[in-house]
Amino acid sequence: MSSPTTGRRSRVTPARVGLYALLISSAAFFLLPLYVMLATSLKPMEEIRLGQLFALPLHVTIEPWRQAWASACTGLECRGIQVGFWNSVKIAVPSTIASIFFGALNGYALSFWRVRWAGALFGVLMFGAFVPYQVMMYPLVRSLAAVDLFGTLSGIVLIHTVFGMPVMTLLFRNHYAGVPSELFKAARIDGGGFWRIFFQLMLPMSLPIIAVAVIMQLTNIWNDFLLGLVFAGRENLPMTVQLNNVINTTTGERLYNVNMAATVLTSLLPLAVYLVSGRWFIRGITAGAVKG
Amino acid sequence: MAAQLALLPMAITVLGVYIGTVLWSLRISFSSSKIFPTNDFVGLAQYQRLFNTERWIVSLQHLVVFGVLFIAACLVLGFLLAVFLDQRVRGENALRTVFLYPYAMSFVATGLVWQWMLNPALGIQSTVRSLGLPGFEFDWIVSQDKVIYTLVIAAVWQASGLVMAVLLAGLRGIDEALWNAARIDGVPRWRYTLSVVLPQLGPAFGTAFVLLAVGVVKVYDVVVAMTQGGPGNASEVPAKFIMDNLFNRANVGLASAASTVMLLTVLALLLPWWYGRTVQSRREVRG
Repeated sequence: MSSPTTGRRSRVTPARVGLYALLISSAAFFLLPLYVMLATSLKPMEEIRLGQLFALPLHVTIEPWRQAWASACTGLECRGIQVGFWNSVKIAVPSTIASIFFGALNGYALSFWRVRWAGALFGVLMFGAFVPYQVMMYPLVRSLAAVDLFGTLSGIVLIHTVFGMPVMTLLFRNHYAGVPSELFKAARIDGGGFWRIFFQLMLPMSLPIIAVAVIMQLTNIWNDFLLGLVFAGRENLPMTVQLNNVINTTTGERLYNVNMAATVLTSLLPLAVYLVSGRWFIRGITAGAVKG
Repeated sequence: MAAQLALLPMAITVLGVYIGTVLWSLRISFSSSKIFPTNDFVGLAQYQRLFNTERWIVSLQHLVVFGVLFIAACLVLGFLLAVFLDQRVRGENALRTVFLYPYAMSFVATGLVWQWMLNPALGIQSTVRSLGLPGFEFDWIVSQDKVIYTLVIAAVWQASGLVMAVLLAGLRGIDEALWNAARIDGVPRWRYTLSVVLPQLGPAFGTAFVLLAVGVVKVYDVVVAMTQGGPGNASEVPAKFIMDNLFNRANVGLASAASTVMLLTVLALLLPWWYGRTVQSRREVRG
């Protein structure tokens, strides 16, 4: 009746072949833009003018990459996308640290300390996560301008910290909800105060969740366009805004290879974070799905 | 005392930023403000003007077309990918990485890559033509009627991996014993997937839907990067309408009215979901 092979899981059936065919063609659809980006960025302009989007470069050149990094123009300034890169570093690093600190602090205070008005505030904060930025944009511009923070590095860091607060607070609150309250009570009996328990017990216990938070905030803030455009000011425009300026406001011949090299460069950090972090990245997504 | 002090930044953020600015915007939307906010209140005049502005109406229509197609395509594609990946396939990790990587990229980069691929003179159209199909037409990005679909393609490419990840997590939570029982009863796999798996994924679908829908209402970056709202105003969207009127056209009152409409839309999407979750968790508590 049954041949010896039927028990094996990986039988070659038509359904199985169809399944792999579908998976592989989907993978091709998802990978195509990445391939086009890389291939275009390594071609000289003469090859691009042939209109062979999917062809491999005949003469590989890294000149577009050098140009994109060091001499591509935005308006009159031709110092390349590196300007935006360093601006993004200056914005993303302090914003990530600050938003995680406040998220952890809020989550800890909400989970272990009885503060009467805190629950209601937390509820509003969760709604705040969904308010479109455009609704808050103009009043925030006016308020920051009133205290001379509009168009400054501190201003944009403050904005990212404030807008990162809902998700970060939720992430840490859910994490601390899983910490046994006996542990907290024992620390209290040993004479630990609010800050001591936070810094010496809770934060060191939260390293895995802090890693998830770093992944989320770093990629979100790096990829932000709208907030950087409005609040960062001319001197601090992040890489995404500069990239868009390089590509969409050029006059004269469009250097598609340089454009694609600049696009890859801008995506490099979040892609690297994604590839290195893997499952942690997915944990961040599901946590961001507001499970409160 | 220390706990209250520690929660002060959160209190200031909630009251000042999330409540304060929304009320402030609301107030401006009832005034005749142009460049600067004024105290000349005109009732609902800005809202009337808004819905008589052709560009706003067109933006709303685009948003509906984009939203329906984008959400439907993402949910279908994301569901199929999740189900396929759940069949104990080889290389599952590699495939999942491939399906989700676009989500790590910014909307700006996404828009720019697709702008390049869809370039009629040098992109997909010219490539296919030179492969021996000289009549091949794929110039949607410069077509008034079809440009909105190019935004859908780019956005689906970027976000369907997210749906896949959320649904796959849901699939892994379904008891394997159910399939074994169904198999013994002679139920085919596709039938099992449709009538047993799909209903159980309800909450995961709800979460994915809300994430996508809220993203739709806010859609801005990808439009600015890919089409700048053009050709003409064929890919204008509400978020861009608001930004243009706030910062380029000095129509603060009109922009605030538009942003209020946007907020109401988000609330209308959110409240049923929120209510559903609350009811569900109450039921769970009662057992």
